[in-house]
Amino acid sequence: MTEQIALSMPGAPAGLRYRKLRDRFVEAGLLLAALVAVFTTIAIVVVLVVESLPFFREVSLTDFLTDTMWTPLFAEARYGILPLVAGTLVTTMVALAVAIPAGTIIAIYLSEFAPYKLRETIKPSLELLGAVPTVVYGYFALMFVTPVLQQLIPGLPGFNMLSAGLVIGIMIIPYVASVSEDAMRAVPNYMREGSYAMGATRFQTATRVVVPGALSGIAAAFILGISRAVGETMIVAIAAGLQPNLTWDPTEPAATITAFIVQVSLGDLPHDSIGYQSIFAAGLVLMLMTLVFNIAGFSLTRRFREAY
Amino acid sequence: MHAITAEASLNRIRADVSRRKLLDTLFVIVGLLVMFSALLVLVVLFVDLVREGAPKLTWDFLNSFPSRKAERAGILSAWVGTSLIMLVTAAVSMPVGVAAAIYLEEYAPKNWMTAIIEVNVTNLAGVPSIIYGLLALGLFVYQFNLGQSVAAAGLTLSLLILPIIIVATRESLRSVPRAIREAAYALGATRWEVTAHHVLPYSTGGILTGMIIGLSRAIGETAPLITIGALSFIAFLPESPFHSEFPFFSFAWLKEAFTAMPIQMFNWVSRPDPAFQVNAAAAGAILLGMTLLMNGVAIYVRYRFRKRINW
Repeated sequence: MTEQIALSMPGAPAGLRYRKLRDRFVEAGLLLAALVAVFTTIAIVVVLVVESLPFFREVSLTDFLTDTMWTPLFAEARYGILPLVAGTLVTTMVALAVAIPAGTIIAIYLSEFAPYKLRETIKPSLELLGAVPTVVYGYFALMFVTPVLQQLIPGLPGFNMLSAGLVIGIMIIPYVASVSEDAMRAVPNYMREGSYAMGATRFQTATRVVVPGALSGIAAAFILGISRAVGETMIVAIAAGLQPNLTWDPTEPAATITAFIVQVSLGDLPHDSIGYQSIFAAGLVLMLMTLVFNIAGFSLTRRFREAY
Repeated sequence: MHAITAEASLNRIRADVSRRKLLDTLFVIVGLLVMFSALLVLVVLFVDLVREGAPKLTWDFLNSFPSRKAERAGILSAWVGTSLIMLVTAAVSMPVGVAAAIYLEEYAPKNWMTAIIEVNVTNLAGVPSIIYGLLALGLFVYQFNLGQSVAAAGLTLSLLILPIIIVATRESLRSVPRAIREAAYALGATRWEVTAHHVLPYSTGGILTGMIIGLSRAIGETAPLITIGALSFIAFLPESPFHSEFPFFSFAWLKEAFTAMPIQMFNWVSRPDPAFQVNAAAAGAILLGMTLLMNGVAIYVRYRFRKRINW
């Protein structure tokens, strides 16, 4: 390597030669660091697939996808992922019912109505909602939101998907709001000016010009929010109960994919038992679900960035 | 006749305008209402934790080990564990994250490999934290035989916050104007010299902000630590990293079992005895206080550095 550089630069001072060589080593080191991201992804896929192989040797894929019972910890074990998927979807739906309207309204307000100073102080404070540790949110859902809900809905069980979902919704408001707001701000000003020139008010401009113009970005924000809600673990593990339950009723307790993984990790199952290996199979399903949402979300964000 | 219709249509227009303006005002009210109720949740959450946990918010609580008796239990091993894990996380994720960001922003050629790295970084940012826990269980605990140790926990959280640090660092590198780089190149600096002597010092603020935000995320992460097998009942401290005699430090603590603040809190929340809920609230108040403090510091650092630099 040294000779090569020396040959290519005859007569170069020794200091320069050393500096050029050092640059090459540094670049290699930096590339290695960047490749950690690639290795991590590969490792995630390999670990999930390899560790869940013994599980799928025992349980057929058809049973896994169509059986309506998930009881790997019982003597008579059944391995149908559907109840866990249903639990995950129900909590996600409840969360979206909170986060989508609230996040979108906040985004429209911040992007189209708020004075500059207010926006600059409110945005970091809103981000704090996404920074609260999820275990703290779990406590909040179980010890504060559920008792309040029990006043409104008599007979609501102590563990239920409704309060967990509501709190997840609050948690993802900042994700939905900030990505949607970025998309709305990417709509060029001349479009707003054109609308004002036609006599439209701010609200009309916001709903008929800016929102349609930023639609793919707003959709991306929703999808990223979904992906967050699907992967949320501690809130559901604490507040939604740990019983797999195939139901679409949010007032019932149920386990999600993530809550099940936590439950098994806390237990004392031997590592080579099929019950233990089932968490990797569940993780694989979760990974695939979020991957689909992430890819959809990012391709939409890319589209709105290139639109103007 | 003519005048009357003109006046009538003018009135119609006025009514229409005022209706539409009313809609504007209504939306402002709704927007403010939604925004402040979201912020109100944060306040209620914090006040509730402090109020419920008030009896336990004492020095004794910080200085006691977990116990089967709620009133004697404390978070000594939990906060020591969290501090040690954060030490590992910061030491690993900072150099790797910043280096990766420098590569992507300053060095990377536009080719398929760079594209793959970029896609991976964005994708990793969206992977649920519990998946990182499963990765760590399969890789660090089984393959590397790190066991259920501080080192395994620190490495797991490092991987988890790597995308946050990379994204924040890239953003702050990108905000350094081209002219600075070109001036340095013009004086004969190599690429690394340009980066290390000129670009990095200007982006310190952004990098620090990203680091603090990343750590504040790591400090509250519970799920990945549960999957690698954090214990919640640890009534001893790991060996201190610092010693009074040569060589003054040791790394024995890296291999020791651990508990952490969020794990301890989760353990207390999931107990039926209401006395433990007080402990959970107190631990939660401290944890949330730390997170909010770190985020506040990050906002302040960003603000200070932004003010100091005038291009």
